[in-house]
Amino acid sequence: MQDRPSALELLRAVREFLEDDLVHTLEGRRRFHALVAANVLGLVERELHGEEEQLGRQWDRLAELFTLDRTTRPAALSALRAAIHDLETRLVERIRAGEADSGDFATRVRAHVRTTIEEKLAVANPKYLDAFSREPTTGRV
Amino acid sequence: MTVEGLKRLPGGASREIWLFTASHPDGRREPLVLRRDPPGHVIESSRAGEFALLEVAAAASVPVPRVRWCAEEAEGLGSAFVMDFVAGETIARKLLRDPEYGPARAALPEQLAAALGRIHAMDLDAAALRHLSRPEAGTPPAAAELARFEDIQRAIAPDPHPAFELAFRWLRPRVPPSHRLTVVHGDYRVGNVIVGTEGLRAVIDWELTHVGDPMEDVGWLCVRSWRFGAPLPVGGLCERERFFAAYERAGGTAIDPEVVRWWEIFGNLRWGIMTLMQAQTFLGGVRNVELASLGRRTCEMELELLALMEGGA
Repeated sequence: MQDRPSALELLRAVREFLEDDLVHTLEGRRRFHALVAANVLGLVERELHGEEEQLGRQWDRLAELFTLDRTTRPAALSALRAAIHDLETRLVERIRAGEADSGDFATRVRAHVRTTIEEKLAVANPKYLDAFSREPTTGRV
Repeated sequence: MTVEGLKRLPGGASREIWLFTASHPDGRREPLVLRRDPPGHVIESSRAGEFALLEVAAAASVPVPRVRWCAEEAEGLGSAFVMDFVAGETIARKLLRDPEYGPARAALPEQLAAALGRIHAMDLDAAALRHLSRPEAGTPPAAAELARFEDIQRAIAPDPHPAFELAFRWLRPRVPPSHRLTVVHGDYRVGNVIVGTEGLRAVIDWELTHVGDPMEDVGWLCVRSWRFGAPLPVGGLCERERFFAAYERAGGTAIDPEVVRWWEIFGNLRWGIMTLMQAQTFLGGVRNVELASLGRRTCEMELELLALMEGGA
């Protein structure tokens, strides 16, 4: 356990320095990269803030999809990440084998993939996710 | 001749663009652009090839910067070429939002359609274009591009991307037949054109050009990312019908919206895999915060792919 400020509080301080102070002293390519850097720090803040819960939800969905025993969910975050990586790899193999082309499994796979992508976007680019919800792609042209 | 005021311009993550002023012994001064690739990038193409391509494009009346000088292995530069500086704006968000570009936005749909028609009329058999990659005889370009990007994804992405796998499964049985092969610009969109307040001045960024199905460029222009948050589907500029009609009027062949839709879905997959490539370049040792951040944009294309595929089988 480290002292305050916490990792999140420190990240926010650096991001605010970039956004409110440094960016205004730069131009061109360096200004652009400073803005990208500030954006990346904001992303990391959002990821750290909700990571444990997000990983838990993703594992639970995969457990449902693969009918695993919920009590086998790894407790340590590193083990949970590794388990999710393995299960998503198994999912990819089943999609490649054509098992998610149609039918009940296909519907359940799409629901899981969609939720996982929305959870990634909530960290990576919440504005994009909001805009997408307001103006969804209908798929029809 | 002396070089003054050398300055790197903010460009894409995978290329370097330098602006400088050439002072000639007779007192003339002219602004020029040096284009080169830093070493170590995943996306690589020959600068000599791009130079030759720009010459053929100019001959076909495509608005492009005039190319001046090229070296495959210039000392200290690597592969590079020099072209005329074309004044104007390339930043898509400005072009799609700032009031001063209102007249340009009104003119761009027809101008982009006409320039694209001329690109698709470029002479495929010109000696200078032999370097372009092209599908094997008998293989539809859509099948060739799909296989190429599937190979790339398998080669560079050890992490699972189920949305991409679903897209490959969806696209493969729906590959459109090709009626003609043309030059395909490969990255035709706002951001890769130089625009003045009155409209289109030059088409740039020809490093992804290849031989294929002309509808690939039309579908790419419809990819959500290239709307930069603006609501209109074709590059944030207009409805599909207006662009298709302008392209047909400008001499392009008749457009089948279903074929364009296949290429739009493929375009989202391609751009998604390209963000994996950019992230891979960063992970391979090219230290650049923009490249690093692109790896986290992949999910934008994944969401769009799912929505497009749900729109109908």
